[in-house]
Amino acid sequence: MLEEENGVDPRLQAISAAIRVVPHFPKPGIMFNDITTLLLRPKVFKDVVEIFVDRYRDMGISAVAGIEARGFIFGPSIALAIGAKFIPLRKPKKLPGEVISEAYVLEYGTDCLEMHVGAVHPGERVLVIDDLVATGGTLCAAIRLLGPMQIEWKACLYTCRVPFLELPNQVNLCQYSALRSLQANVATESSTHC
Amino acid sequence: MSACKDKEQDPRIEGIASTIRVVPDFPKPGIMFQDITTLLLDPKAFKNTVDLFVERYTGKDITVVAGIEARGFIFGPPIALAIGAKFVPLRKPRKLPGEVISEEYVLEYGTDCLQMHIGAVQPGDRALVVDDLIATGGTLCAAIKLLERAGAEVVECACVIELPELKAFYLHFSSAKCEVLDWDVVA
Repeated sequence: MLEEENGVDPRLQAISAAIRVVPHFPKPGIMFNDITTLLLRPKVFKDVVEIFVDRYRDMGISAVAGIEARGFIFGPSIALAIGAKFIPLRKPKKLPGEVISEAYVLEYGTDCLEMHVGAVHPGERVLVIDDLVATGGTLCAAIRLLGPMQIEWKACLYTCRVPFLELPNQVNLCQYSALRSLQANVATESSTHC
Repeated sequence: MSACKDKEQDPRIEGIASTIRVVPDFPKPGIMFQDITTLLLDPKAFKNTVDLFVERYTGKDITVVAGIEARGFIFGPPIALAIGAKFVPLRKPRKLPGEVISEEYVLEYGTDCLQMHIGAVQPGDRALVVDDLIATGGTLCAAIKLLERAGAEVVECACVIELPELKAFYLHFSSAKCEVLDWDVVA
């Protein structure tokens, strides 16, 4: 990483400060991490994209898959910078034509993520992008959609300190979160089982 | 209406247009859906699309790019980043946390609603609205109203695709007294 002092990228502090916490959204008790305030700071938004681009540009990544809708905000710029295609992973019935679907569990009930048939091919190296990972349910649905062994990396802007719940498939996933928590502004890598 | 019709077509446009696929009978029978996801699978075409808009808007003192959920989120941010503007997502109801303003618009059956954060845009901001496609213009009109209510000047609306229904939209637009400055259409 560029310009690291004591292992900490100096851009991360401004990025973290640009994210606002909105209490009790969407429900009482939830502290929502709102990245829209970051998008209002062009320099900070640019830094976020650059951090991911610097990390992934020489890894032979051919596709960036963004999870609807906030993954659409960060993913395309990364894809464009590293010369990869962009694949939107969407809620049901949004994508026209042939799709494959993966259901995932919510606190109450289930939801579903869809991807176009033919968007990725076997052997491709794919980056999955979202603004935030909490339980990882959506992430795992994205991984299942893309197929086993195709996902090499997942990058998130931010990770909440919520332990990963028991998840079905044992796929080794390398995950990178630019911001581990509100307190620590350290970019770290971790492996997680999905 | 379309800047590209006034002069020779940019050589990149044909390549971009060829990557857009038409999906018949989606979301309903009789509709020929213009699908930009195939454009996104072609890094060169996607880059050319963004470049065309960036070239048009660089040096125009645009301070805000407002993208309409969800496909406007794909094209808007790269343009915003390249021209140094802030990006403001315009969203369906109840997606944005915190205080919002809302603007209703008419659908074929019923109405829908677009929302913007209070404080995202200030008087004096010069705004671009971005979406993948303009058909009737109902959503774009709601977007313009949201930005103008916050005091911004909407400089232009940038869409990748324009549909023939646009002519009917202009008539509707004038009768509704919704201010439209210009439409910039690539393909």
